[in-house]
Amino acid sequence: MSSLERKLNAGEFVVTAEMPFIDGGGQEEIVRQLEPMRAFADAFNATDNPSAHAHCSSLAVSIGLLAAGAEPVMQLVCRDRNRLALEADLMGASMHGIENICCLTGDDVTAGDEPEARRVFDLDGVQLVTLARALDHGRYLSGRPISPAPHFFVGAVENPSAPPLDYRVRRAAKKAMAGARFLQLQICFRPELLERFMRAAHDTGVTRRIAMIPSICILRTVGGMRFVASSVPGLDVPPETVRRVEQASDPEVECFDIAYELATHALAQPGVAGLHFISFRKDAGIAALCRRLGIPPRIERETNGYSASVALR
Amino acid sequence: MSAGGRIAARLEHVVKKPIWGCQMCGQCVLHSTGMTCPMTCPKTLRNGPCGGVRANGNCEVKPEMRCVWLKAVERADRLPLWRGHVDDLRPPVDNSLQGTSSWLNLFSGRDRQVPAGWADVEP
Repeated sequence: MSSLERKLNAGEFVVTAEMPFIDGGGQEEIVRQLEPMRAFADAFNATDNPSAHAHCSSLAVSIGLLAAGAEPVMQLVCRDRNRLALEADLMGASMHGIENICCLTGDDVTAGDEPEARRVFDLDGVQLVTLARALDHGRYLSGRPISPAPHFFVGAVENPSAPPLDYRVRRAAKKAMAGARFLQLQICFRPELLERFMRAAHDTGVTRRIAMIPSICILRTVGGMRFVASSVPGLDVPPETVRRVEQASDPEVECFDIAYELATHALAQPGVAGLHFISFRKDAGIAALCRRLGIPPRIERETNGYSASVALR
Repeated sequence: MSAGGRIAARLEHVVKKPIWGCQMCGQCVLHSTGMTCPMTCPKTLRNGPCGGVRANGNCEVKPEMRCVWLKAVERADRLPLWRGHVDDLRPPVDNSLQGTSSWLNLFSGRDRQVPAGWADVEP
């Protein structure tokens, strides 16, 4: 059982962090990217061609993370593979001891730099969750038995700030019904929408069936903020947030303050099981934010216990 | 495909294409999706909207088009029958049925066949 599964089952607060994409440099590059954040996160997301840009595969990076002594969360998107290829990658992941799987439908090819590529979407994100559970039950989709059966701790993603807003919690419930056990929520720059989502998820009992992990994005520059606001599908960044960074004397400090404010707000929502951090800074931005939020390093949390004190549970 | 099957498929296409933009997937779920065809979603998603829907409710892929699933959810919640079906888990598309008549597949039960591995874990 992965430590992410064990901790979420035990109701412990978790921190996950997104690995930057890797384009080469071997195992040393994985270790170099991991180092600034490894003390704080319980597990690290290996992304699967994020924003429809090709990079080293999430399976390869997950294997590298394991080799570096870190626990991976392997993302899998439906955009680039049909069901056979998805099954093969899941089985390959299991063979290497990768259990945490995050299932996504995926941004469209038009969001990337090769928009002429064929989009696949043979399955959708919810069906991919079910597929991972079928393998976990010891059968390929066809029904062909797998012995020994792999074990997966399956998660997915939901976007609290994309329409139809009231349906998002029902979609989260559908993912829970399909077998997802954790949801890493899309970055949300509109706290009132995260609040609306979490309140509804809490009131309808969804947070008791699936661990909710809001994402916090640490940006660094005006250009980065403008890019996120205009080019990342499904993100709704208020113009005043963009202006705030544009008018700041030090955009990096301002971006950090915004991340801190959003994280503090997310921690105060009912039923939040942890936080997922995505940093566009080259330095130890995630570690610095965790310290400012009062989230201790992983070892300290494991030794002394920790629960985000402001969260209602 | 038999001659009868071809005729049924042709007839179905003539009726359903102008009204719902039918893509002839052969396993129609219109009644579960607010009489909105999910195969007209550029990602052909059958279990709800992706996370890329724009703040104005338009499609990530086709910015000028309203998200198919926004319409589906709104309409499903207004349907007198099948209202809750929009929350059901729909299995992967059986691509071998593409171009066949979903009417015939409904009568024969062929459109309800799912892969054995799927049936094992279906909620």
